[in-house]
Amino acid sequence: MSLVAVIDYGMGNLRSVAKALEHVDPRARIKITDEAADIKAADHIVFPGQGAIGHAMEALKQRNLDQILLQQMGHKPFLGICLGLQVMMDFSEEDGGTAGLGLLPGQVKRFPDPHIDPISNERLKVPHMGWNQLHQARPHPLWQGIAQDSRFYFVHSYYVTTEDPDEVAGTCDYGLPFVAAACRDNMFAVQFHPEKSAQSGLKLLQNFLQWDGRVD
Amino acid sequence: MALAKRIIPCLDVDNGRVVKGVQFVDIRDAGDPVEVARRYDKEGADEITFLDITASSDDRETIVHVVEAVASEVFIPLTVGGGIRKVDDIRRMLNAGADKVAINTAAVFNPEFVKEAADKVGSQCIVVAIDAKQVSAEGEEKRWEIFTHGGRKPTGIDAIEWAQRMQSYGAGEILLTSMDRDGTKIGFDLDLTHAVCEAVNIPVIASGGVGNLQHLADGVTKGGADAVLAASIFHFAEYSVGEAKQFMAGQGIEIRK
Repeated sequence: MSLVAVIDYGMGNLRSVAKALEHVDPRARIKITDEAADIKAADHIVFPGQGAIGHAMEALKQRNLDQILLQQMGHKPFLGICLGLQVMMDFSEEDGGTAGLGLLPGQVKRFPDPHIDPISNERLKVPHMGWNQLHQARPHPLWQGIAQDSRFYFVHSYYVTTEDPDEVAGTCDYGLPFVAAACRDNMFAVQFHPEKSAQSGLKLLQNFLQWDGRVD
Repeated sequence: MALAKRIIPCLDVDNGRVVKGVQFVDIRDAGDPVEVARRYDKEGADEITFLDITASSDDRETIVHVVEAVASEVFIPLTVGGGIRKVDDIRRMLNAGADKVAINTAAVFNPEFVKEAADKVGSQCIVVAIDAKQVSAEGEEKRWEIFTHGGRKPTGIDAIEWAQRMQSYGAGEILLTSMDRDGTKIGFDLDLTHAVCEAVNIPVIASGGVGNLQHLADGVTKGGADAVLAASIFHFAEYSVGEAKQFMAGQGIEIRK
């Protein structure tokens, strides 16, 4: 029976993620945890989060989770969700500038205010909230069985941008193109909420639980 | 590629049961919120909103169980409104599996509560529900005010200013209901919708008055709403969510298929 550690660092509600994982694999043991021992023992690590990145980094450091994650991740399949994706980047301009974990190359920026769509000239609302299309930038085991340009549920005011196209797994467009999914080796991280994205989201979570962390 | 406009069926829940008489032919128990939510999810609803209208506060706990049960089976965003007065109420709902809570009366009586809530759980979880009624006379420039107690009590607060204030206090979204149109089935108050959508930078859900699919489409194309909410046209199975989406797509509106 595989153990899935859902990292709890006090940033938002993790129940939905846990429930969705239980739904796609009723045999998996899903544990919401901040214990180093659980993270060590886990076969899969899920790193969710909602809220402000400054709080998130503080909370991780307080629990020593930043070090534990960097040491324990090894080759285990690792899935970052929403703020989890942003925390994995080098740097965010949120909260007066915040260094991230630097697991993936990229910057986190705020959508401009006002945010005008260059094509329609319409003002776009921030947060970017709702179902938008995800363009798969490369084949990946986690995209298996998910149609190109499927819609996923997004809620965020900050977005990820990178100059390293090799680590972009998927993009989305909201007045500007941004990184909706990033990947490197055993790591995969998404800006959207797979646990709230109906069938496409559940499929991605199922793919994740079946993934051995390798990319051919 | 663009963000889809959302269609949100709303369920009125009284003491754990869906009210307003749901009449799906193939649903075993039409009053069971879990069954109804599952049906809406299958039809392609983009979100579901639960409005707890339970009168007695002793029975409020039942909505928590409803949310828990729905959230274990339905994996789209869930919003819960009705009786949200304290940060503890919000946490209870979020822990049960809700993604957002709608704050209505408590915001009017204690606006600071919205600030506190957004600060504690994040703006993305906070929807401020605004019940507005037109107060300007015919021929005058249109004005709307916030009303409480199901549209019976005026507050003297201007609806547009209120929406802007709630945005500045950290609301992540506005659920805008026209109390003039609620239950009438003659369509949204499009002037009100348009005025609020123009005034704020956060998403606005139009509500109140939907009687047919053209009304839903108008909320987006004429009102400028980011999402449209309806209860009875879906409850009575006059239209399915799928039909609503097809109709809106036919009018050039971006929707999730």
